[in-house]
Amino acid sequence: MQPHQTTADGDGRLGTALGWFSIGLGLAELAAPGGIARLAGIEDDDRNRNILRAFGARELAAGVGILARERPTGWMWGRVAGDAVDLTFLGSSLRGDEASRGRIAAATAAVAGVTALDVICGRRLLHTKPEPGARSGAVRVATSVTINRPVGDVYAFWREFENLPRFMHHLESVDVISSRRSHWKASAPAGMAVEWDAEIVDERPNELIAWRSLQNATVSHEGRVTFQAAPGHRGTEVHVELRYNPPAGAAGRAIAWLFGEEPGQQVRDDLRHFKQLMETGEVPISEGSLGLRQPAQPLSHPPAAR
Amino acid sequence: MKATCWMGKKHVEVRDVPDPAILNARDAIVRITSTAICGSDLHLYNGFVPTMEKGDVLGHEFMGEVTEVGPEVRNLRRGDRVVVPFPIACGRCNMCERELYSLCENSNPNAWMAEKLLGHSPCGIFGYSHMLGGYAGGQAEYARVPFADVGPIKVPDSLSDEQVLFLSDILPTGYMAAEHCDIQPGDIVAVWGCGPVGQFAIASAYMLGAERVIAIDRFPYRLRIARERAGADTLNYEEVDVLEVLKEMTGGRGPDACIDAVGMEAHTPGPAYAYERAKQAMMIETGRPFALRQAIYACRNGGTVSVAGVYGGFIDKFPMGAVMNRGLTIKTGQTHVQRYMRPLLERIESGDIDPTFIITHRMRLEDAAEGYQTFLTKEDECLKVVLKC
Repeated sequence: MQPHQTTADGDGRLGTALGWFSIGLGLAELAAPGGIARLAGIEDDDRNRNILRAFGARELAAGVGILARERPTGWMWGRVAGDAVDLTFLGSSLRGDEASRGRIAAATAAVAGVTALDVICGRRLLHTKPEPGARSGAVRVATSVTINRPVGDVYAFWREFENLPRFMHHLESVDVISSRRSHWKASAPAGMAVEWDAEIVDERPNELIAWRSLQNATVSHEGRVTFQAAPGHRGTEVHVELRYNPPAGAAGRAIAWLFGEEPGQQVRDDLRHFKQLMETGEVPISEGSLGLRQPAQPLSHPPAAR
Repeated sequence: MKATCWMGKKHVEVRDVPDPAILNARDAIVRITSTAICGSDLHLYNGFVPTMEKGDVLGHEFMGEVTEVGPEVRNLRRGDRVVVPFPIACGRCNMCERELYSLCENSNPNAWMAEKLLGHSPCGIFGYSHMLGGYAGGQAEYARVPFADVGPIKVPDSLSDEQVLFLSDILPTGYMAAEHCDIQPGDIVAVWGCGPVGQFAIASAYMLGAERVIAIDRFPYRLRIARERAGADTLNYEEVDVLEVLKEMTGGRGPDACIDAVGMEAHTPGPAYAYERAKQAMMIETGRPFALRQAIYACRNGGTVSVAGVYGGFIDKFPMGAVMNRGLTIKTGQTHVQRYMRPLLERIESGDIDPTFIITHRMRLEDAAEGYQTFLTKEDECLKVVLKC
């Protein structure tokens, strides 16, 4: 774990203040959900109290995360995602009959204001990451996983690009056009669909695949995946690195995040699904993992077995 | 089908929900014949485990008859009578290959939630919060069992449901707690908590060669069962100074190993309880670790503290100074049930242990809500509730 370092710059101070704000709000939501509910003008019932407690736990975690991390970008984006959930919750409360609309509107405005601060802070922290050669506004995601299979198997499965939609959540299809070129189709945040052509720029069997999108891409990006034997017969380490420019620049990215599509998390999830598929032959699903706030009970219309 | 659903704090209801279906090729569907309420279910019931949703089907101790298998399940057939282990494990990852099944790297579809709280994710568990998978549980008429080619164990018809049901969790859990103690000839083992896991930890410590087992609780009927059925010497912590008496009983050395079979909702006499309970209510800490602290203080120099009780998040005033300066070893973990089912089934068949001695209440599945309340309040000397479907 990295030691905590106090940053003297303004973004660091803004981040620290937001961290303490998170902790204060979190404690208040946990200790007195009824009071907070009344203060925010939403109905003080068990459901709302439980939601507020959950928000409180999340605020605490985000606050501690922001304060404890040397570079708290991830936790700041956690705050942004959390703000989005709060806004959604307050928005749905606005429709309730018993709610005091004025107070909810005020609370919504307050949360929206904090969201703006979070987005600013998150963006600035992101920008302070060293990105030699990267264009302004580019997002860099790097993540890795260890898969209990030989390097050759793992590489071969990935290199067969038609396999990628089996574990990449947003990818609908990949069509191989030639030895270097392929056509990709994906669903984007807010229900949009995007398509692009990509070309392999570097390739070393059982070691590395690097690619970049071509001119027609809505989301211009480049990426590389490396494969290496993990020590002590633990299988294969897969490292993925992605850089991309989201649609409509940084604003588009912030919007994408507000819709809950945090790209680092998505890449991590996809890589986990890759591991699951390679090791177990399937991507495990649970009744409660099939939808947001879906209770863990059997579905009346289950998806077809895979 | 009917299923026991978590509807909020101290509120469970048996409701009609859809029947489960095969979702993946390695799934099986089991028609449940017997299921039990676990002490750890009370942590859910009391609202101490985060990421529960209204309507979640509870239950992780269950057995029954296979009614359907996915195309990749080749070791089970329709009609097989099986006990299902509570940790869901793929059998193929690095952890499963090392028989650390409860640390399976693939079975938690909501691993990202667990990573936020715990750093890395453990396995998925039936009916035990969304953070640990969001799987529908087994206090129901049917359950979908993922990775059914790895977990469920077939049991012979010569043994009753009650004799084998606890292979799903608490018998292996008590056994692993004792195994963690690395019991040597002459060892004295102390066990905090005489609930079902504590009782099996006592019995297992004797099976593994302990010289003497000392059990600690505050309910006279639980201490009586520990004495009469599991063979322990007993201490009521509301009546005696446990640390002093343990020293006296071990010639001043302290127990060679101490087992915490209590977990995050421990009790203690006096104002310390109110203090920690208040902090827990405000979620400043998630556990009240009275038993664990005492187990650490009591343990002899260089001894082992084995933690079988469940902890969820954070605890305060952990006596790390005692652990470090006195060279204690702490061993813990969710139970790697798959590793213990077959050897413990053999011990049941050979008569080394009869796990039925802990059952005090038998109810119908429909009465699960009453079962939870009875188990929580310990009315009617309740030690273990088995629900029949």
